[in-house]
Amino acid sequence: MLTVENIEKTYEGKPLLKKVSFEVHPDETVCLLGPSGSGKSTLLRIIAGLEESEGGRVLWKGEDLTDIPAHQHKFGLMFQDYALFPHRNVAKNIAFGLRMQNAPKEEIQQTVKEALRTIEMTGFADRKVTELSGGEQQRVALARALAPQPRLLMLDEPLGALDRTLREQLSFELRRILHQTRIPAIYVTHDQEEAFSIADRLLLLHDGVILQSGKPADFYHHPKNVWVAKFFGLGNLVEGEVRSRSPLAVNTPFGVFHARCDGNAPQKGEKTSLLFRPNQAHIAGIEDTNTLTGKVIDQVFQGETYRLSIRINYDIPNFIVSLSVPAEIGKMISIGYSTEDILCLQNGKGES
Amino acid sequence: MNKRQPIILMFLMMLIAVLGLVITACAPPQLRTLTVMTHDSFAISEDLITQFEEEQDITVRFIRSGDTGTALNQAILSKENPLADVFYGVDNAFLTRALEEEIFLPYESPLLLEIPDQFKLDPTFMALPVDYGDVCINYDKGYFEDNNIPVPQSLEALLEPQYEGLLVTENPATSSPGLAFLMATIAQFGEEGYLNYWQALAENGLVVVNDWETAYYTNFSGSSGQGPQPMVVSYGSSPAAEVIFAETELEEAPTASIIGPNTCFRQIEYVGILRGTQNTALAEAFIDFMLSAPFQEDIPMQMFVFPVNENAQLPQAFQENVQIPNEPASLPPEQIDQKRESWIEAWTETVLD
Amino acid sequence: MKTIREFLGRRSKNPTWRAVLFWLVPALFLGFFFYQPLLALFNLLFSKEWGFSLGTLNFSQVWDPLWFTTYQAFLSTLLTLIIGLPSAWLFARFRFPGKRVLRVLTTLPFILPTVVVAAGFNTLLGPRGWINLGLMALFDLSTPPVTFLNTFGAILTAHVFYNTTIIIRVVSNAWSKQNIRLEHAAKVLGASPWRTFREVTLPLLQPHILAGTLLVFLFNFTSFGVVLMLGGPQFATLEVEIYIQALHLLNLPLAAVLSIVQLVYTLTITLLHNSLTSSKNLSITPRAQTLVERRPNKGVERFAVIILVVVLFSLLVSPLASLAARSFVKLEPSRGERGDIERGLTLQFYRELGVNRRGSLFYVPPIAAIRNSFVFALITIFITLILGLLVAYGLRQSSPINHVLDPLLMLPLGASAITLGLGFIIVFNRPPFSNLNFPILLPIAHSLIALPFIVRTLSPALQSIPNSLRNAARALGASPLRIWYEVDLPLLAPSILVSIIFALTISLGEFGASTFLTRPEYPTMPVAIFRYISQPGALNYGQALAMSTLLMLVCASGILLIERLQTAGKDWF
Repeated sequence: MLTVENIEKTYEGKPLLKKVSFEVHPDETVCLLGPSGSGKSTLLRIIAGLEESEGGRVLWKGEDLTDIPAHQHKFGLMFQDYALFPHRNVAKNIAFGLRMQNAPKEEIQQTVKEALRTIEMTGFADRKVTELSGGEQQRVALARALAPQPRLLMLDEPLGALDRTLREQLSFELRRILHQTRIPAIYVTHDQEEAFSIADRLLLLHDGVILQSGKPADFYHHPKNVWVAKFFGLGNLVEGEVRSRSPLAVNTPFGVFHARCDGNAPQKGEKTSLLFRPNQAHIAGIEDTNTLTGKVIDQVFQGETYRLSIRINYDIPNFIVSLSVPAEIGKMISIGYSTEDILCLQNGKGES
Repeated sequence: MNKRQPIILMFLMMLIAVLGLVITACAPPQLRTLTVMTHDSFAISEDLITQFEEEQDITVRFIRSGDTGTALNQAILSKENPLADVFYGVDNAFLTRALEEEIFLPYESPLLLEIPDQFKLDPTFMALPVDYGDVCINYDKGYFEDNNIPVPQSLEALLEPQYEGLLVTENPATSSPGLAFLMATIAQFGEEGYLNYWQALAENGLVVVNDWETAYYTNFSGSSGQGPQPMVVSYGSSPAAEVIFAETELEEAPTASIIGPNTCFRQIEYVGILRGTQNTALAEAFIDFMLSAPFQEDIPMQMFVFPVNENAQLPQAFQENVQIPNEPASLPPEQIDQKRESWIEAWTETVLD
Repeated sequence: MKTIREFLGRRSKNPTWRAVLFWLVPALFLGFFFYQPLLALFNLLFSKEWGFSLGTLNFSQVWDPLWFTTYQAFLSTLLTLIIGLPSAWLFARFRFPGKRVLRVLTTLPFILPTVVVAAGFNTLLGPRGWINLGLMALFDLSTPPVTFLNTFGAILTAHVFYNTTIIIRVVSNAWSKQNIRLEHAAKVLGASPWRTFREVTLPLLQPHILAGTLLVFLFNFTSFGVVLMLGGPQFATLEVEIYIQALHLLNLPLAAVLSIVQLVYTLTITLLHNSLTSSKNLSITPRAQTLVERRPNKGVERFAVIILVVVLFSLLVSPLASLAARSFVKLEPSRGERGDIERGLTLQFYRELGVNRRGSLFYVPPIAAIRNSFVFALITIFITLILGLLVAYGLRQSSPINHVLDPLLMLPLGASAITLGLGFIIVFNRPPFSNLNFPILLPIAHSLIALPFIVRTLSPALQSIPNSLRNAARALGASPLRIWYEVDLPLLAPSILVSIIFALTISLGEFGASTFLTRPEYPTMPVAIFRYISQPGALNYGQALAMSTLLMLVCASGILLIERLQTAGKDWF
């Protein structure tokens, strides 16, 4: 439905977005994930028509929106700071979009009433928005964005300004409302947990491009490169150099490891990184080809598993593994990984 | 570094300025001081006043506030508690008012002997004449020569068609020379005839502005403004000033005054000792100083008016460029005081409405 | 000791009590330096001694000037808004070459004494101004085609010239602080640009526009020099009438009656304004993204910006520029038979400023005039900032006393400089407050006039700081003073700088009260200019223009410096 094609934008002379392209399909909630300053909000404003791109275009069902002013896009946008109109009360804030469509009065009243019910704020119609709490403001902002029934809803860090408990509660509610209304949505956040809990599909924006896109599980199992693995905190990363291509063997400061690889294996002699996931580790046995040895420096009991910090050497002072059996702090330990569980990753951009 | 820094810096600067001023203000006052209240046009040579101060071993302070009207108001309003010892600057138009308010003490200066009787309008010696000046029509010599038009020599002549739109005057309600010129016409045509004259003058394209600055610098063609009117109601001394303050040195003034009978109105300025002074003797000495030849000779170059003392010599620029009318117009001060308001009102209705 | 603290602690919870504390010093200041002299003057003039009775009063003597004053003030204010609001938009939104210079230049008119402004318009539009000379040369005319001086149009133009900067400063300051997201939100919700402006931008700006309008209206209402010097004899406002009655006809009681009418009118307008704006109290979230200045992009936008810049230049800058140009040009009248006179560029007027030609006691060295003007301006800024901040905090308290005190604070704007000057004379004529021993009287008078501006600038800014920020700081353990320093001051900083510009410009250019209160020892720049222009002679006229140009230059650098501080502050933040 929504097609974003090769969007380019510079900020203060530096490229911010470099040919960003993606699509949003009907009934889909897409999460645009990226660190602060990656240009997520700018991209949203470009899609909304509030800012002009320097290249590329935005299409809705094949119609080019470039020359259509923002107010005719019929998109909804919910701002991080909510941007509620301070000179209007709750009901009038929610009614604003419908009034702009010159909807009949009765219909407006009806919609506002329903919207207030949906966000569970029935008694708040005449309250000043400046007197609302953060969570209340957030819900009013959502109701205001949804009331005119936009063809696409964009949410710019909608939970960013709230405290943790409220965030969890509201993210759940948001998901309910988004699924209930079946409006396609773009949800911008820098918080991966939030993204995982809301998104049907994730887009990871980094260094001006969509680095990876797919279902949340894809990111977990098949991170595209080292940066993605780091961003999601998937596990321990160790740098090395490819020693042989088939079978894949990588030379690292503490030994040679055999690994697997998504897609094409790297060339011999190429720099690469290995991902060791904590929960795929086991106590090394004689049959293991991939082993690491270090000193246990900390141990945390986590219910079913024990989380161990292991000091391998000066370069890798804190290697994390999860084991089902406890270890003894201060003792040396050997950890093994099966070849299938070590993922060889490209040293993509953003490795700094 | 942050946003507050510059503000705090400015605050410190201001604090220093305030302290500085307070310290200067608190400097110990001189022992004996004579205070003279006057108007903004008052001026005097520094050497001359220093000499007087040294002779008398005192300091003279001047309070100059506004024009003649403002200064006189100030003297009247503060008469219970006078701000000064001497007041200079009442002219014959305001003389009666000043005398009625009884702001002065009488002083019969010996130097009055050197002053012609025509200037001594106050027989009680409360207000003593210091200088006089004539409000005259100035004309642009070049214009009349270039266009081969004779210079008008009387008030009546101004009504001739060849002078249509050539004269600019000031509103008597807002300007002292404007009022003086109105009084000249009253002296010439009497209270019954002056309005008809003004009516005719207005029909002959008279231009009226509010103040002397506009009339002289904007409308008059003879000075820097290069305006459209070659005749302006100004002072008899203005031609001399044009020479003294010329951009390029001039041998001869570009303007001159029309000095026919009653075309000029004579303004005489007076000085008096303010009632309530603690320094009567000093004040008397200062008045003698003002009437004496050295001060009287300083007057023309400083204030562009003429000394009343017969023994005072005029500077060269004045001798060459100023004609003093033989028959200047004048009206009795009491009549001016009584009728001024009604004259101005009638004038306003005739000329402006 | 403990009981006192407890007493104070309990009292400090009460808003009225707190408001009283904040108002204490400003109220004493106003009472002592404004209401006391004014009441004393009225008391004296209506006493038996002056023989005044209401019966002698002619109704039309009051009604005519009052009607004209209102009429011209209304029209002038309307025109000022028509020019000022789009200009505020221009300054708040766009980045364009020469912006900083234009901003400073548009502030300059405000400081210039009327004598100078009249001279400026004269050099541009007078019978021998650049425009008329040009047209006459171009079409071979014998008479100047444009009549400007002594027309109603001249009054309106000069008022727009003077006051547009108030609207620009007050409104663009608020505009640039508006949360851009609100406009974005409206657009996304389907509001067209015009509707966005009408439904969101304008309502949010309304208190600021009203505040600016009030100031402009009051300024036009009490206009004196412009009407006298550019309007000519056909036009008289109340203030001009007061001047004529008081200083030329010595009819002080009538002048007093007119002054009272003017004061009552000012009070009424202020009360009306307050009732219109009292309900509006809009918080802004300081972390909200504010407008980012940008280059005009689309064709229409660029066109509008160019038009605005051209209008501002021709209206506000060209009279100043032509004045400055004239101060470098010899333009002697044709001298009849004596043939050619040298014309061309000259620095003579500037050189002559430094020469005491006649050895006069009252000669003013230009540096001394500049220094005095600045010292007085700095004192004015000091007084008004302290009092202005106190009043702004007083107004913040929700106490009924604000409804009484706020209009009383605005009154000095409606007080005629002449009346106040005369009042000063009869009250402050004894040590320690005699003008002779207390030179601070002049900056005090300037402060009285500037204070309403400062309060109107600071108060909205202060109101818009949400209390939650202070509470946050308090929760983090900051003392009240620390909270003020860490929270209030940085957020107020832009408004404080605008206030400083207002105080500086008012003090540098004020001439009415200055006539009464300057001492020969401390002549200011406007006084020096007036001294030159009130004497005949080309050199005097040239020197007046040269001094005016210096005044403009000095003011411009002052404003530029302040603006620099402002942007520098932004960078450091």
